[in-house]
Amino acid sequence: MTDHDNAYADLLGSDDSQWAFGHLPEIQQGEDPLAGMDTTVPAGLDAAELAAYCLFLGDDALVMSHRLSEWCSNAPDLEDDIALANISLDLLGQARLLLARAAAADPALVPVLPQGSPVPAEDALAFFREAHDFRNLRFTELANGDFAQTVARLLLFSTARLAAFERLAGHVDPVLSAIAAKGVKELAYHRDYAARWFVTLAQGTEESRRRLLAGFTAVWPLQTELAAAYDAGDTAGAVLDQVLAAAGVDRPDVAPMTGGGHTEALSLLLAEMQVVARAHPMGQW
Amino acid sequence: MTAAYAVAASVTDPEMPMLTLEDLGVLRDVREDGPRSRRSVVVTITPTYSGCPAMATMRDDLVRRLAEAGYAARVEVSLSPAWSSDWITERGRAALRAHGLSAPGPAPRAGAPIPLTLLTTARLVTCPRCGSPRTELTSEFGATACKALYRCADCLEPFEHVKEI
Repeated sequence: MTDHDNAYADLLGSDDSQWAFGHLPEIQQGEDPLAGMDTTVPAGLDAAELAAYCLFLGDDALVMSHRLSEWCSNAPDLEDDIALANISLDLLGQARLLLARAAAADPALVPVLPQGSPVPAEDALAFFREAHDFRNLRFTELANGDFAQTVARLLLFSTARLAAFERLAGHVDPVLSAIAAKGVKELAYHRDYAARWFVTLAQGTEESRRRLLAGFTAVWPLQTELAAAYDAGDTAGAVLDQVLAAAGVDRPDVAPMTGGGHTEALSLLLAEMQVVARAHPMGQW
Repeated sequence: MTAAYAVAASVTDPEMPMLTLEDLGVLRDVREDGPRSRRSVVVTITPTYSGCPAMATMRDDLVRRLAEAGYAARVEVSLSPAWSSDWITERGRAALRAHGLSAPGPAPRAGAPIPLTLLTTARLVTCPRCGSPRTELTSEFGATACKALYRCADCLEPFEHVKEI
């Protein structure tokens, strides 16, 4: 039967459930990404400490995810546009789980929204905190630079985070342990992608090598802070040595960036990321 | 109980509708919640990737289909053990091939630390259209988190390959 008033009707067949425009799902109790999981903090663990650590891991993934998402429709070619968007999505998923874990461990962290707001705890954390409450590193918040700089940053980030997640897969908190074990598979894929591009650019043309070295040098001053925060250790160092050897690149001879806290880059990032959610604190997404 | 499981097992993946959630290995458990007469069930699913955006649709589809069969369903999430492409059933692999997608090979062995792979992932991928083994990777990432992109060197058709994790 043709419905001349609705251009989409014929596309539906008999099942409108697959179509965003045709089906309004009932609001369910199952929206929680940790639905059904036992989020009791194991005895012997400090709930506030566990929450703070998960908040760091979640915030760092969220901010890195947002930076990578800025490449969507801007990457050098379609394949890498898709690759960076996929990596961004994996990290967004990790962020959602980790922020939900932080909120369950220490509900006091979650910003208070108007009475009756349907915004879940992890979204309240992502969209309704100010920059100074974010626990991500300066390493992930700085602007992207060019593709080579993004590759250099992604290599260092995924190498450090993978080393940490391999360790955290054995954490006493079963929720953090499960999130980490799952993330390991994703981060290994991200690291391989970044490492291959790192070597390709370093061994490519004069221009690609120049840009890779410039990008690597630009992100290096915050590498010490990154490795320390993730307690990345020798494993990550050995992987980096392997990539640098294949690329014929030395560790940049630049001093670590001093100071702490956040840079202005985070405020600008959050302004864009949070504006819609903040305009609609009663919104259902 | 078997009846509720059969309903849940027949719900399909929103991105790859040739696969049921059971064939994809995403459906982990269907159990009764309270006395049988209440017809109340708890369904447990696991995401393929942490950021899989299909989870909400899967949840909605499970609740709706079970409601149509007379069950009040609640959907829970399980993260451990993490999903592996090895959980895709033989029937699921055949369905993928029948729809022009290449099924995953064996997942890499989980060992720590995971070694760096600087060369392109070596896979034995045959073209799901013409069966040629002469295929080339065009991208390690595809339209969804679980797929890579390939092209057949003989029939020249591009196709998707479900990644091994």
